[in-house]
Amino acid sequence: MTEPSAGHKKLPRLLAGLHSDRPIGLDEHLDRLDPLPRADSGEARARLLEAIEQSGLRGRGGGGFPLAAKVRAVAAGRGPWVVVANGAEGEPASNKDDVLMAGAPHLVLDGAVLAARVVGADEVIVCVKRSAEAALEAIFEALQERRQAGSDDVEIAVAEVSSRYLAGEESALVNHLSGGPAKPTFVPPRPFEQGVGGRPTLIQNVETLAHLALIVRYGAAWFRELGTSDDPGSVLITVSGSVATPGVYEIAAGTELGHLIRAAGGPTEPLQAMLVGGYAGSWFGVEAALKLELGHSALRAAGGTLGPGVVFALPEGACGLSETARVAAYLAEESSEQCGPCVHGLAAIANALAEISAGQAPPGTHKWVARWSEDIDGRGACHHPDGVVRLVTSCLEVFAEEIERHEQSRPCHPRPTLASLLPLPSPAPRLALEDR
Amino acid sequence: MTARLRVNPIACEAHGLCAELFPEWIELDDWGYPIIDERPIPPALLDHARRAADACPTLALLLEVAPSRRDTDA
Repeated sequence: MTEPSAGHKKLPRLLAGLHSDRPIGLDEHLDRLDPLPRADSGEARARLLEAIEQSGLRGRGGGGFPLAAKVRAVAAGRGPWVVVANGAEGEPASNKDDVLMAGAPHLVLDGAVLAARVVGADEVIVCVKRSAEAALEAIFEALQERRQAGSDDVEIAVAEVSSRYLAGEESALVNHLSGGPAKPTFVPPRPFEQGVGGRPTLIQNVETLAHLALIVRYGAAWFRELGTSDDPGSVLITVSGSVATPGVYEIAAGTELGHLIRAAGGPTEPLQAMLVGGYAGSWFGVEAALKLELGHSALRAAGGTLGPGVVFALPEGACGLSETARVAAYLAEESSEQCGPCVHGLAAIANALAEISAGQAPPGTHKWVARWSEDIDGRGACHHPDGVVRLVTSCLEVFAEEIERHEQSRPCHPRPTLASLLPLPSPAPRLALEDR
Repeated sequence: MTARLRVNPIACEAHGLCAELFPEWIELDDWGYPIIDERPIPPALLDHARRAADACPTLALLLEVAPSRRDTDA
């Protein structure tokens, strides 16, 4: 693993010049940046694809898959092609896509248009959560500016999507945009083969596209001035929990989590653990957590995941088990109820965690949770159960003492101000916890 | 040639016939849904695999012969 280069002074990139009260308009956007390169010839397209390849840009929606490989796979299919800019951001603890679209909509749209030019698509669909009002407004406004200026050679449509957890899952989004329910489908065929309306579809997270908009202007070498060789560039991270200034931060990929926490004003009280990677991510005890490098490769090696770039700081005095139980209940409800192992497995796991948390579970209940987790891993049509398994398995490890105490019939008593910290969309899911 | 069994978990309704017909490769979880051994099926057992796939009432069990192992989705 290479060290992040000393390029921290070159940050922010995506969040540069963001206004607190309005998006960056088209005139201001064009004052700062060169026009988007065209891709009229096969040669020009090949050059752009080469830049994408050399940048090593990885998807920022959670999976971290290299953009170049997806672009090639989509372009290799038979057109007409479609590009989907995925700003559905169903992860309750993530806010970075909303912040980016609300502040720098033209960067996202530039990236989507450029991606369309490279794969040969004449249609772009920008997906934004219905509940993300500022982002929606900014995108609509930006599209109007671009139409008046005649800046784009592709059709750009906006799709308002549900804020449900799985609405942004690739196959669910494709299914929804094709007129079906927003539920994952059995793959293959994958979206790059048969996506929206059966056409080869490039789906990319809006942050990935915003990076692309800068890469095609400044070049792959510039992009790599930040980050590590495996995880080049900068990355947006949503920081919440017990830190002085929670919010969305742009860091060099591979930056130590401890550094990010200091950048977020430091802890507001002693911390016990950190959730890294969102609700499909993992818990780490605070000491190990602060040393983690925030990149896909480094986190995978540490048994975690970067996910969509989410960090939550859990204070001492809060109950990590109860927090996980609440989130597990939410995730069980968010199952699209199509696959048996997910429907039954998540419900069983969530119920057991709730009972442990309430001090109503016999000793050893956590072993059932571990067994079910092992059983359902990888057995859904989508990765939803796998994410829950990662979260729950890390909870069993990191909060093992807490769990043992609960299983000896001592319910948890987190300080009242420290109950229910992890954010969940309202209305909150039904809970089996009575004696908080 | 390699052959593997794969289940479409959306189509599967936990009838459980597959585990009865091919217990060497398929067991059921606590709710009756199949947990399938992902390794290639030895030629001697291919007939059992075929029988299990054919018997599935919802056509959820797939016998994939020499599938491409590509996986572009992380």
